Amino acid sequence: MKDILEILEKDARITPQEIAKMVGRSVESVKKAIKKMETDGIILKYKTVLNSEMLREEGSGVRALIEVKVTPQKGLGFDNVAERIYQFPEVTSCYLMSGTYDLLVVVEAKSLHAISDFVSEKLSSIQHVRGTVTHFILKKYKENGDLLKQPPQDKRQAILL
Amino acid sequence: MKRKFNIKINKAVEEMPPSGIRAFFDLVLGMKDVISLGVGEPDFVTPWNIIESGISSLEKGYTSYTSNKGLAELRRDISRYLKNRYGMDYDPEKEILITVGVSEAVDLAMRSLLEKGDKMLVPEPHYVSYNALPSLSGASPVLIKTDPSDGFKITPDDIRSNCDSKTNSIILNYPNNPTGASYSRKQLKDIAAEVLKRGLVVLSDEIYADLTYDYDHVPFPTLPGMKERTLYLNGFSKSYAMTGWRIGYACGPEKLISAMTKIHQYTIMCVPITAQMAAREALKNGDKAVLEMKKEYKRRREFIVSRLNEIGLSCHRPEGAFYAFPSINGTGLTSMEFSQGLLKEEKVAVVPGTAFGVSGEGYVRMSYASAFENLKEAMERMQRFVEKRKQ
Repeated sequence: MKDILEILEKDARITPQEIAKMVGRSVESVKKAIKKMETDGIILKYKTVLNSEMLREEGSGVRALIEVKVTPQKGLGFDNVAERIYQFPEVTSCYLMSGTYDLLVVVEAKSLHAISDFVSEKLSSIQHVRGTVTHFILKKYKENGDLLKQPPQDKRQAILL
Repeated sequence: MKRKFNIKINKAVEEMPPSGIRAFFDLVLGMKDVISLGVGEPDFVTPWNIIESGISSLEKGYTSYTSNKGLAELRRDISRYLKNRYGMDYDPEKEILITVGVSEAVDLAMRSLLEKGDKMLVPEPHYVSYNALPSLSGASPVLIKTDPSDGFKITPDDIRSNCDSKTNSIILNYPNNPTGASYSRKQLKDIAAEVLKRGLVVLSDEIYADLTYDYDHVPFPTLPGMKERTLYLNGFSKSYAMTGWRIGYACGPEKLISAMTKIHQYTIMCVPITAQMAAREALKNGDKAVLEMKKEYKRRREFIVSRLNEIGLSCHRPEGAFYAFPSINGTGLTSMEFSQGLLKEEKVAVVPGTAFGVSGEGYVRMSYASAFENLKEAMERMQRFVEKRKQ
């Protein structure tokens, strides 16, 4: 299972036939294992990783990290407030943090204005939200383990004993 | 008329075969957009922590010579590493020499051991330097052929039948370049017993040790009675993807190491200090990266061997290194014809087996130290090429 996941995590387009060869199992058993992980929700979905740095001119938008301070609610902690926040489609990630603030909310929107509107009108006005600090991302170098640039060319000699 | 001055080259050097097969290499290097499975080095870049330690050593001003044998700290690290990893005992002061890759160590060892008329056993197919270097000392290699029927491995019988009174040594290389063959403890014990009987010195090139896939690697000096007669060769190139740093090491009996150090001090002086500093980091914090790379190679091995057999190029399962060595017999082509044809028609580069000795005829070496995408595409092209020639 772990083997298959590792392979798919690196390249979701590798076929069950190829995976079967790599891990020395039958195609059927690989297919079954993948199906099971999909049903169990271990594999959520298959997506394409885009280099957003190269799409900048086409208005792919602005991303900001927002620190949010929250007053925890009795019996519910932060979960309720978090849920109210992460439901917004602008929110791409949402984490509960240790340290000087509580939630880290990653927001993506068309423009700086759209983000500031989101913060002032939607985020800050949620009950129990005590304050926010917004950081805009200027440039992305690496995201989820991927460098946002063309992979370097193979520098090795084409043939070598 | 003025006669052109003629530089006379040492006869042994002049008669030395040029490494591999130059013309074919030039053909490959002159072609664009080739998928190359002809490269004998990792496709990974050196792990960043190792690179960074090299850079930072330069920034701190480590730009001097080191002791001839190499940094004392590095020799101690190697000694400790070998102790922890394999239970081997080498005195960092007297029994370890840092060399410019295993290549230099092989040269030093042969020059230290071989005299005119001596013979060294060299299992074939073999890495290119093994049969070329003994001639510099007037010695000669005795080639022992291996083939897939015995997994490209030599047996005690092979040693027995190839020894005479002039034979004083044998060179082993496992996991093997180009066949990927390696040996289990039982197989090595049998070889060791025969080595003992014949009174041979053993050069054991174990540069691919960390890339052993199906069982634990057994270093030759750990076998009964072998430490006192074995030179253990290893390095950083293959396991830590550090080929270009040029650093390896030799461990062995004090007498041999000190003889090798003599030549080394006059020819090399010492291994570049940057490489030595980076090697310390590799030993300290490199294990995780090695395991990651090994895992990836293993998957590619399974893929390529299974694909090769599928398309009708029978291929034994290499137990280590990152080479597949399939038979191309079914195509009716020689190794060279196959490699040239594949290059011209399908733009895939492999190495003709004959680069590694006569018994490599009928085989090609394919490195799976290449991205999976490349392997996949190369196999499709090869399939096309082979189908046209099936007999």
